[in-house]
Amino acid sequence: MSTSEEVLAASVLDPAETERLANESVVDTSVFGEDVVARARAIIARYPQPRSSLLPMLHLVQSVQGHVSQAGIAFCAAQLDLTAAEVSAVATFYTMYKRRPCGEHLVSICTNTLCAALGGDEIYRTVREHLGSDGKPLGHEETSGEPGAPGSITLEHAECLAACDLGPVLQVNYEFYDNQTPEKALELVKALQAGERPAPTRGAPLTDFRQAELQLAGFFEGREADLDGPSAAPETLRGASIAADRGWTAPSMPDEAEFPPVPEKK
Amino acid sequence: MDKVADTLTPVLTKRWLSPRSWTLKTYEQLEGYTALRKALAAHPDQIIAQCKDSGLRGRGGAGFPTGMKWGFIPQGDGKPHYLVINADEGEPGTCKDIPLMMADPHSLIEGIIITSYAIRANFAAIYVRGEVLHCIRRLNAAVQEAYAAGYLGKNVLGSGFDLDVVVHAGAGAYICGEETALLDSLEGKRGQPRLKPPFPATAGLYASPTVVNNVETIASVPYIVNGGSDWFRSMGRERSPGPKIYSLSGHVERPGQYEAPMGTTLRQLLELAGGMKDGIPLKFWTPGGSSTPLFTADHLDVPLDFEGAAEAGSMLGTTALQVFNETVSVPWAVMKWTEFYKHESCGKCTPCREGTYWLVQILQRMVRGEGTPSDIDTLLDVCDNILGRSFCALGDGAVSPITSGIKYFKDEFLALCEANAASNTAPALAGAAR
Ligand SMILES: Cc1cc2nc3c(=O)[nH]c(=O)nc-3n(C[C@H](O)[C@H](O)[C@H](O)COP(=O)(O)O)c2cc1C
Ligand code: SF4
Ligand code: FES
Repeated sequence: MSTSEEVLAASVLDPAETERLANESVVDTSVFGEDVVARARAIIARYPQPRSSLLPMLHLVQSVQGHVSQAGIAFCAAQLDLTAAEVSAVATFYTMYKRRPCGEHLVSICTNTLCAALGGDEIYRTVREHLGSDGKPLGHEETSGEPGAPGSITLEHAECLAACDLGPVLQVNYEFYDNQTPEKALELVKALQAGERPAPTRGAPLTDFRQAELQLAGFFEGREADLDGPSAAPETLRGASIAADRGWTAPSMPDEAEFPPVPEKK
Repeated sequence: MDKVADTLTPVLTKRWLSPRSWTLKTYEQLEGYTALRKALAAHPDQIIAQCKDSGLRGRGGAGFPTGMKWGFIPQGDGKPHYLVINADEGEPGTCKDIPLMMADPHSLIEGIIITSYAIRANFAAIYVRGEVLHCIRRLNAAVQEAYAAGYLGKNVLGSGFDLDVVVHAGAGAYICGEETALLDSLEGKRGQPRLKPPFPATAGLYASPTVVNNVETIASVPYIVNGGSDWFRSMGRERSPGPKIYSLSGHVERPGQYEAPMGTTLRQLLELAGGMKDGIPLKFWTPGGSSTPLFTADHLDVPLDFEGAAEAGSMLGTTALQVFNETVSVPWAVMKWTEFYKHESCGKCTPCREGTYWLVQILQRMVRGEGTPSDIDTLLDVCDNILGRSFCALGDGAVSPITSGIKYFKDEFLALCEANAASNTAPALAGAAR
């Protein structure tokens, strides 16, 4: 990268030093290739105003690097004509944007009150201890193994995941594993470490954290079969099933329900 | 209508039983998109009037009359209008919208098209929390299918009405469920609440008139169009009509989603759910998520609708019935919830940001057995300084578990402090050395 004539002329430092300092503040975003740029543009095109694309674009950035790096921030800023500070302020606000590289898988264990009362705290403790090293349990948002390498796992405790009727729950790459126990969770984590990908209770066949982030950015190409992954657990269907068994229904609708007349303008 | 409605009245949840219920094909076989055709043949104001007549109230927690909200959108103002669906479902205990969107995404999309037509919006966004990938996947596919079938895009079903819908994944922040924070987040900013007024109806997304509605609210719309307002009112109670998805979780034999008329009681629901798990008695429960004050075994017969819950000292909230048995410590549960609010406080206003921090410190100290009885007064004092003094309703919700927990279970808080009671002289700030 070369520093502009204007900058060199305005600087009181010698040209070489000016050049060095100027380039130091320019972040190398070359990991984001043409394909990523094309995707970023596709995201922008979805919205009436470009800035609305920032959240999905940060998911896109994570699909490339497994976290939101300085380069990721610079990339989004450049795409949206924002400052790095503006993007950074957004990225740091949201829990799902990770500041350090994630493992192949992200394991999120619900420890909100309801799941915790049903064993979620115990599950979290068990998994932390298993993934820890030197007698020290793994901490929140820490990674076991070399981030991104096969079998590496980032662990976090999560807030309520909107699956309380199936609690205690955990997620791997945001796919649901319902009705967990410490034993089941431990088995699952060991399998992930061994390179296996046990199927979620509800969701698509497991991929990895980065692929999940790509989908969160809105790119599902070639993964149409994912749609068929199970979604409704017996719990989900409980009321509807009981009603079907007992012949309970909502009152029947009239054949022709009329709209009220067009209200008169006041 | 004379007939008393059945105990369970599956409307929104009925299609969930069908194979591949999430596909357009199944949806169309089961009356899907028939309400849209009817609606497009009517005048938009007729749809708003019908929604008002139906008495439908928001299912996102606050229960605001939906038709009235739509009616606030200024018409003929020359500005673009927007519909934003609140699918951020993060209130602890709440687990109804995600299963609805996974199992029957087209019902939401049909509701979106009808509502957009009624309020004259040509762009709608579904803001769905990021942690539910399968749901996002299903929504996205359903939107694609709807475009391909001509239900979305330019000139919907030849009506001359245009509508684009985008599925927008959030990024993990409970506060983005608050409607103005959601709008800021959708604009690509930090999700922090806005000062109201102006309300979204006049200055919402991109400072244009915007309706923000919950998933379950909008998914109810096609049924109201097809069945009419009298049909809708044949379920539920006068001021809270219609069916409602009650989400039962916790220490019950058969937790799950039960759709019943508004005003159903926990006693009725527990009966369907096989009672308390292993017969261990009920101790406390939330009628509508952790932000709604706790109920106890004395409230089993409270009619769970907006009025019934309020008259009994709580709120209907999101009908998230989290049920806890006698083995669970109230101070512990309250501490856990408070930790949640502290984590999710957006930091914009001092009472909530600082208050939740200190509440957690005090509660953790009490649960460790290092509290003193005067800590209870300190807790209530801090709560008093948060309630009604915070910038948004997150702060108000944060104190609900604490004040209601102390109201009904003060002895349990006191018991935790017993060991320390003797040494209790003057109230000390949490965290202060003693
Ligand atoms: C902290 C907080 C979180 C909220 N979370 C949600 C939510 O996840 N989903 C929702 O529909 N409403 C949520 N609300 C309520 C919304 O602000 C708003 O009232 C609702 O979306 C309006 O839709 P409705 O009238 O259809 O209920 C939340 C409110 C607060 C204060
Ligand atoms: S009450 Fe809490 S969440 Fe709401 S604006 Fe204040 S700090 Fe933010
Ligand atoms: S408390 Fe764990 S999913 Fe709701």
